[in-house]
Amino acid sequence: MEKPFAITLDVGSSLANKTGSWRDERPVYVHRLPPCNDACPAGENIQGWLYEAEAGNYEAAWRVLVRDNPMPAVMGRVCYHPCETACNRTHLDEAVGINAVERFLGDEAIKQGWRVEPEAEPSGKRVLVVGAGPSGLSAAYHLALRGHAVTIREAGPMTGGMMRFGIPRYRLPREVLDAEIRRILDLGVELELESKVENIETAMREGGFDAAFLAVGAHLGKRAYIPAGEAAHILDAVSLLRSMEGEERPLLGRRVVVYGGGNTAIDAARTAKRLGAEEAIIVYRRTRAQMPAHEFEVEEAEDEGVLMRWLSTIKQADEGRLVLEKMELDETGFPQPTGETEELEADSVVLALGQEADLSLLEGVEGLVVEDGVVQVGPDMQTGHRGIFAGGDMVPAERTVTVAIGHGKLAAKNIDGWLRGVPWEHPPRPDVVTFDQLNVWYYADADRTVAPQLDAVRRTSTFDEVQLGLDETNALFEARRCLSCGNCFGCDNCYGVCPDNAVMKVDEADGYKFDLDYCKGCGICAKECPCGAIIMEPEQI
Amino acid sequence: MSAPDKTRIRFYQTGSFAVGGRLLDPEQRSVQAEGERTNAITCGHRACQGCGEALGARYALDAAVRAAQGRVIAANATGCLEVFSTPYPETSWQIPWVHSLFGNAPAVATGIAAALKAKGREDVRVIGQGGDGGTVDIGFGCLSGMFERGDDVLYLCYDNEGYMNTGVQRSGATPPAARTATTQAVGAEPGNVFGQGKSAPLIAMAHEIPYVATATVAELRDLEQKVEAAMELHGPRYIHVFVPCPLGWGSASSDTIRLARLAKETGIFPVFEARDGVVSGVSKIRRRLPVEEYLRPQRRFAHLFGDPGRPDVVARIQAGADRNIARFGLLEDEGEGR
Amino acid sequence: MKLGELSPCEFVNVESEFAAMSVAIGASAAGARAYTATASQGLLFMVEAVYNAAGLGLPIVMTVANRAIGAPINIWNDHSDAMSQRDSGWIQLYAETNQEALDLHIQAFRLAEELSTPVMVCMDGFILTHAYEEVEMPAQADVDAFLPAFEPRQVLDPDEPVTIGAMVGPEAFTEVKILQHYKQMLALDRIPEIAADFQRAFGRDSGGLVRPYRTEDAETIVVALGSVLGTIEEAVDELREEGVRIGALALTSFRPFPLDAVRAALEHATNVVVLEKALAVGIGGIVTSNVRLALSGLPIHGSTVIAGLGGRPITQRSLRDLFLRAHAGELESLSFLDADWGLVERELQRMSQMQRSGPHAENILRDVGAVAHKAV
Repeated sequence: MEKPFAITLDVGSSLANKTGSWRDERPVYVHRLPPCNDACPAGENIQGWLYEAEAGNYEAAWRVLVRDNPMPAVMGRVCYHPCETACNRTHLDEAVGINAVERFLGDEAIKQGWRVEPEAEPSGKRVLVVGAGPSGLSAAYHLALRGHAVTIREAGPMTGGMMRFGIPRYRLPREVLDAEIRRILDLGVELELESKVENIETAMREGGFDAAFLAVGAHLGKRAYIPAGEAAHILDAVSLLRSMEGEERPLLGRRVVVYGGGNTAIDAARTAKRLGAEEAIIVYRRTRAQMPAHEFEVEEAEDEGVLMRWLSTIKQADEGRLVLEKMELDETGFPQPTGETEELEADSVVLALGQEADLSLLEGVEGLVVEDGVVQVGPDMQTGHRGIFAGGDMVPAERTVTVAIGHGKLAAKNIDGWLRGVPWEHPPRPDVVTFDQLNVWYYADADRTVAPQLDAVRRTSTFDEVQLGLDETNALFEARRCLSCGNCFGCDNCYGVCPDNAVMKVDEADGYKFDLDYCKGCGICAKECPCGAIIMEPEQI
Repeated sequence: MSAPDKTRIRFYQTGSFAVGGRLLDPEQRSVQAEGERTNAITCGHRACQGCGEALGARYALDAAVRAAQGRVIAANATGCLEVFSTPYPETSWQIPWVHSLFGNAPAVATGIAAALKAKGREDVRVIGQGGDGGTVDIGFGCLSGMFERGDDVLYLCYDNEGYMNTGVQRSGATPPAARTATTQAVGAEPGNVFGQGKSAPLIAMAHEIPYVATATVAELRDLEQKVEAAMELHGPRYIHVFVPCPLGWGSASSDTIRLARLAKETGIFPVFEARDGVVSGVSKIRRRLPVEEYLRPQRRFAHLFGDPGRPDVVARIQAGADRNIARFGLLEDEGEGR
Repeated sequence: MKLGELSPCEFVNVESEFAAMSVAIGASAAGARAYTATASQGLLFMVEAVYNAAGLGLPIVMTVANRAIGAPINIWNDHSDAMSQRDSGWIQLYAETNQEALDLHIQAFRLAEELSTPVMVCMDGFILTHAYEEVEMPAQADVDAFLPAFEPRQVLDPDEPVTIGAMVGPEAFTEVKILQHYKQMLALDRIPEIAADFQRAFGRDSGGLVRPYRTEDAETIVVALGSVLGTIEEAVDELREEGVRIGALALTSFRPFPLDAVRAALEHATNVVVLEKALAVGIGGIVTSNVRLALSGLPIHGSTVIAGLGGRPITQRSLRDLFLRAHAGELESLSFLDADWGLVERELQRMSQMQRSGPHAENILRDVGAVAHKAV
C-alpha cells in the first residue's frame, strides 16, 4: 500500500529511535548472597537447590546440593539449620522449611539410587583421612571427586563417628546414615576400620600419603568432680549414646538425671525416656535462656516429658539420691552458689558436660599447635605442619555435624590446591541480601508446610524417627516458599514491567537480558524485582 | 468454558502478583509474560522514563490483541500516548492505529466499528483510547455519545490525572490538593480544590453500558483479566486505568508501579468492575496503608508535608479514601490472602 | 437503511456535528465510504474534525446546506458557513440546482476517492434544500458503473497494520501541506474530466470548474456561486434583450480555485462584479480576493456586492439595477445589495451617544418595529 506521506507510517518504525541514549543509570542482573547460603556452615547453595526443587527437578536439586554436602539425608535430620534462622522469609511469615526439603531430597536420592562420579581424572596423589566421622567422610568425598586416592582410617569398628555414636536413632535412622556413607565409599574411597593411627607422621610415611586430613573428633566425655558414694551410678552422655549402638541396652533405672545444658544433654535425656525411664530430669546450672541446646530440641524434649531443673548444680551423688545446690545469677549473668540445697531422687546420673579430643596421634609433629585441647588450623584448615590438615570437633569451632561437613569440604579444596600446587582461593563473597532489598509485595501469602510430627507418646516409647518427612507435594510447596533472595527465579516481572519493552526474555536457562539500545534507565525493573536480583549502576559518561 | 482464574494463583512463590513465572503453566501466565507477546507499542517510543501510560497501554492492548486473536484496531486521542508513540517518521504501534483529534477518539472508534460492520468484518474489534484529558474533559461528549448509542467499542482511559504532555495542567481527573501548573500550591486551599473533578467510571456506569472497570498498572493480571472480560462482550465498554506519571507527579521514575499499588492499597483509587451499571466486583485491599504513604513520595503533594505542613488536608484526603473503602467495600471480610 | 434497502450500510445517529465528522473519519480510515451533512453552526462545531479529515486525506463527502452563522442567530441561507472552511483543505463544489446538487454528490465521491481528499458539496439552504423540485434519479447500476468500488489509499486493517495520524513536526509539515495543495491542483484537471465523463454517462452537463453564461462578448460579467446564478441569468437575459453586453460566470469549484479558467472567462471584460453571499468582516469580499488574483495585471474594473446575507431575498429587480450601475462603471468597490443604511446610521448614532448602547440586533429589530415590539 502506498501510504500518504508522513501522516501514515509503517508500524514498529520507532525501533530506529534508540532511547538507550537517555539513560544515566543502567540495570544489571546480579547474583547476591542469600542469607541462608551465608549462614550454612557446610557452604551449601541452598537457594540454588531450592530453585531446582521448586520446579520439581529433584535430582537436579540434589545434584546442586551434593556439590557441597554429600549427606543431605543426614543433614536434613540433624542439622540445626542456621539457614532457617537467617531466612528472610521470617520477616514475612515463617522461615522456609529448608531442612525438611533437604531431607526430602536426601531420602529421594536414597530411594532412587542417585549416585555421584568423580569429576576429575585420577591425580595420582594419595590422601590419608583419619577418622570416619562427618568431617572425614566429607573430606574423603570431596577429595575423591577431585580425583585423589583417599584412604580413611577409623579407630573404631564402624563409620559415622558422632553421627552414629552421638546422635540417637530416633533422630537419625541408621539405614539413612549407612546409605549416605556407602555412596561416599562407592567413589572408590578405601576404608580401614579398627585401624587406629598412632602417629600421623609415621602413618603418612609408611603409607606413602601426600597429605593428611585429621578428623578424629572429640569422644572423651568431660568429667566433673562430684563427691559420690560408691553405689552411685554415674556415666557420661557420650558413652551412653555410644552404647546405644551395641547389642545391650544400658540400664539407667526409673529416674535419670542428666547434668548439662547442651544438645547432648537433651539427646541423653530423650534417650533415657526411650530406654524406659519414668523421669528424665535435666539439671543445669544456668537458666533456660542460657542453655547452649537449640530451642526446638528443648521444646521437643519438654513435649516428651523431659523435666528441667534450672540454676542447680549437683553437690553430692549417692545411691538413689542427689544433693543439688541452688544457684543464682550475679550481675554479670554468671551463676553463683547460694548454699541452699535440696535432694532429688535419681537412679543414675548422666554427665553431659562436653567432650574432649584424643590427640595422641599428633605427638611430636613439628609445627603443630594444640591449644585448649584442640588443634589450631589456619583459614585453609591446614595445621602448622604443611600437608597436615584438620577439621571437625578436634579444631576450634562449633561442634555440629554441619560444621564438620563444612570443614571437610573446605579442607578438601585446600588439600586439592596444595597437591596441585595452585592454592585454592575462596571466590569473592557477594553482599548478603537483606529483607529491605526485596520487594515482598509479590510473594504469595502461604504458611509453612509444617512437617507432621509423631505424637509425643509414640515418640518417647520407641526409637522411630520423630520428625516425619515432607511428601512430594509438601516439599514442592515448601520449596516454592523460597524468596530466592538475590537470585533471579524467573518470575517475568522485569520483562513485564518495563515501559520500554527493553527487557528480553532469552530462555529459561539464560533468563533475561536488558536491551540497552532502548532501556531508559527508569529503574522500575530493579524496584519491582521481588528478589533483589537487579541493581542500578551509574552509566559511565 | 471460562479461562483459568489468573488473579488467584497460590503456592507459586509470587502467586498472582508477578507478571509470570517459570513454574506456571503457560495458560496461567499473564500476556506480558509471553516471549512472543504482541508489544502493541514497541521500543523506541519517546515516553518519559518510567511512564505509567506506556506501560498501561501495552498491558491493555496486548491483552486485547490476544483476546481478539490479533484483530484489533485502535483510535487514539491526542495526548502523551499519541505524541510519544508517533513522532514522524517513527511509530511505535504494531497494530492498526489512528489518531484524529483530542476530543473525538470515541467517535472515531464508532466510525471504525460502523465501517467494520458495514464491511462484515465481525472478527475485528475496536479500541478507543486516550488520557484523562482527552477522555474525561475534551472528549467527554463523544464518549457519552458512544456509550448511549451502544457502539461496539472498548474505550480505555489511561488516567495520569492531568495534562502532562502540555506542561502538567489540571484536568477533571486531577485529585484534590495536587499541585499542577494551573492549581498552584498557594492560598488557603493549596493545589487542586476539593469538590472538583469527576469520576468517569461512575458516569460510565450511569449509562448502564455492559462493562465498566477500573484497574492500575500495579495489578497486571487484574487489568488483563478485565480487558479479557470486556473483550468477551459487545457494545460500549469502559476501562479506566490508573497510570502514574513521574513527570507530572514529581515522583521517582522507578516508583511508577509502587505508587499505583499504594493508590489502591490506601483506598485512594478503588479498583472495581461493574456490569450493566451495577458494581459486580472489587479488588480488595491486601495491606491497608494510610494515604500519607501514597502522598509523600510525590512532589505534587509536597506542600502538605512541609513545615508546618497541612495535616488537615491530609486528613481530608484520608477521609476521601475511607469513603471509597466504605462505598466499594474494599477491605477483606476475612483475612484470606491471596 | 433500516429496511435493508440500502445495504451494506451503517447509519450512525450522533450527538453532535463534531462527532458526526469524527465518526466519518473513523469509518473512512477503516475503509468505508463515509458521508455526512451539516450546515451553519453545525459546520463550525465540526471544524476541528473538518480540517483533520482533510489533513489525514480521507475521502469523505459532506453536504453543506449553506446557511448563515450567528450571532445574531439566523437560520436562513448565505455562504458564511462554507466560506469559513475555504482553507480547510476540502474541495468545495457549489450546486446551482437540486439536480446539479445530486449530480455533484456522485461526482464528488469519485473525485474524493481518486485523490484521497474530502469533498464538500455546497447547496443553498432553504433555496435548494427546502425546495420541491423534480430531479432525475440515476439508476444504481449506472452510478456503480460511473463510481468504482472504494479502494482506499490507506486503511486500518489488522492484516496490514499502519499508523495513521502521526505527529509531524517542522521537518515535514510543509511537505504534507504542499502535497495537500498538489492534490487540489490535480483536481483542477480531474473536475472537468469527471464532469465530462458524467455527461457521457448520464447526459447532463453538471459540475466542472466554472460555467460561463453569455460571456463571449460581455463587457460586464457577474461572478457568483450557487443557486443565485438562476436569478442572475434571468437578469442577464433581460439586459441582453435590451442590448446590454453582460454575462455571468458560475464558480462551481471554489476549492480548488480555478485561476486559469476564471481568467480565461473574464479577461475580455471591462467590469467584473462579484456577488457574494458572505462577508469577510474587516475587508469585504472573499470570492473577490480570489477572482482578483485570477485577473492580476488586467485593466478590469472589479467590484464586490454582498448580497443575501442571512436569507435576505435577492430579487431580479435589485440585480437589474445593480448590473446597470456596474455596466456604467458606477459601482463602488464594495456595496451591499438592498441594505437599509438608515438603520445602520441610527445605530451608529446610538453607539456614539452612549457606552451601554445594547446589542445591535435587538436595537435594529426595535428600530424596524419587528417581533419584539409587536409581541409586547
